[in-house]
Amino acid sequence: MSDGDRDADGETGDGGETAAADDTAAAVDPEEVRHVADLARIDLDDDEVERFTDRFAEVLGYFETLEEVPEVESEPSLTNVMRPDEVHESLSQEESLRNASETEDGYFKGPKVS
Amino acid sequence: MATDYNGYITAERIEGDEEGALAGRTVAVKDNISTDGVRTTCGSAMLDDYVPPYDATVVERLKAAGATIPGKTNMDEFGMGTTTETSAFGPVENPAAPGHVPGGSSGGSAAVVAAGDADAALGTDTGGSVRCPAAFCGVVGIKPTYGLVSRYGLVAYANSLEQIGPIAPTVEGAAELLEVIAGPDDRDATTRDAREAGASDGDGEDGNGPGDGDSSGGGAYDYATAADGDVAGLEIGIPTELVDGAEPAVEETFWDAIADLEAQGASTHEVDLESLRYAVEAYYVIAMSEASSNLARFDGVRYGQSGGYDGNWNETFARSREEGFGEEVKSRVLLGTYALSAGYHDKYYKQAQDARAWIKREFDEALDDADVLASPTMPVTPMEMGESLSDPMKMYLADANTTPVNLANLPAISVPAGETDDGLPVGLQLVGPAFGEKAIIRAGSALA
Repeated sequence: MSDGDRDADGETGDGGETAAADDTAAAVDPEEVRHVADLARIDLDDDEVERFTDRFAEVLGYFETLEEVPEVESEPSLTNVMRPDEVHESLSQEESLRNASETEDGYFKGPKVS
Repeated sequence: MATDYNGYITAERIEGDEEGALAGRTVAVKDNISTDGVRTTCGSAMLDDYVPPYDATVVERLKAAGATIPGKTNMDEFGMGTTTETSAFGPVENPAAPGHVPGGSSGGSAAVVAAGDADAALGTDTGGSVRCPAAFCGVVGIKPTYGLVSRYGLVAYANSLEQIGPIAPTVEGAAELLEVIAGPDDRDATTRDAREAGASDGDGEDGNGPGDGDSSGGGAYDYATAADGDVAGLEIGIPTELVDGAEPAVEETFWDAIADLEAQGASTHEVDLESLRYAVEAYYVIAMSEASSNLARFDGVRYGQSGGYDGNWNETFARSREEGFGEEVKSRVLLGTYALSAGYHDKYYKQAQDARAWIKREFDEALDDADVLASPTMPVTPMEMGESLSDPMKMYLADANTTPVNLANLPAISVPAGETDDGLPVGLQLVGPAFGEKAIIRAGSALA
């Protein structure tokens, strides 16, 4: 993730075919997939790492075409709207806990922080 | 009532009120929309036994309008798919084209309507997930303007793109259902009141107000009466980018439907919208990025599959997510995490946002010179079952015509345009200006 020159071969046009995948295959290695999976908190077995490495190369190669998009000025579509806090009816503690696999004393119970 | 095409994940009836606009009618609900006391799985093993403690706003409105919900419909896992084959509860078969996929991700919703097992259904549309299955199953589907329908109680996939929308056999039926679910909601801050948001083309008189609002703005929500089939004088723009990429059989059926509209008094012109060439890429970058954040909540503690393991909690979460998520969901969460990670944000996410703004601008300009824009809903006919799962890029590219509409926050309808010589349904998509639902309903009702 830290090497900075992975956009070297700007594959343009309709990427995503095998040529694009081959061009960018070097840009994604299994370690990178493992690192992203670690960030996303999803365990992967070795077969999955292999499959996702190929998939990353193909899809990211396709995303390269976005480099052709010009800078577009747009007005921000979102503005902050403030209002005072108000107390409303909400779920009861019991309802909120109903789907938890483990609870204790009215709280969610998670794995130990070792 | 189970179906032999696997349309429902949970076929449990939910009775609505005795009276109302939908009394005596059945409306199936996609399984990513929360139903109080009835499990809501999102098509995922992760939420196999999740039972929401509350109703989504749209479900409250269905029940208040007298509808009976016959069940929760099958779908691609968390809405991630174009074929309804990524469901943890098995694929859905297309009742209108046996052996073929029903489209996705709201494939179960379109299938139960096409088979006549429900009078109508709700789906959700993040990048085409209402319109695609409507087109593939030969029924009508509407993706409302962003903000028209409350998303409260919808399990989020990509918040900035998705809307809940109706599916029905006819445009009028879909419009009636839209009337019931549309309208602002205190519990979804992104909703807007169509009466204040500049809904136009209102010739209805009786103020059939939305949800809980008063009815002072006239007929802004009178969608069903707009289904009058009157297209005399209608100006239709046709984006060439969305027609040129279509299969020949799709294109032929599309032009036949356009000729039908012209025969009824509409006129057409072609437009070039260069930005649309980048829609699929921009859509997938944005949707995957938002998904990577939204799906972080599934850690098996508050709900969802729990590994029940001891040890480091990050490792515990990672194991329950390994087991609970399917391949397509993992892939999108990982790619979204990658696109947002240090060093890549500008390269992917910022470029995708620029593409989104460009697409929005070009659509707005095109709609200055046209009442609606028309294209094939899908560039392809329904794939054979099992054909596209192994080729994700093929599946993604099938979304070329539907994703631009979500990126631009606009309303669109898919209506049956006819069938190919092989008997496969083809949908025609009509895109309107923001809160211009009446324009697309009126135009669409000339065909279905």
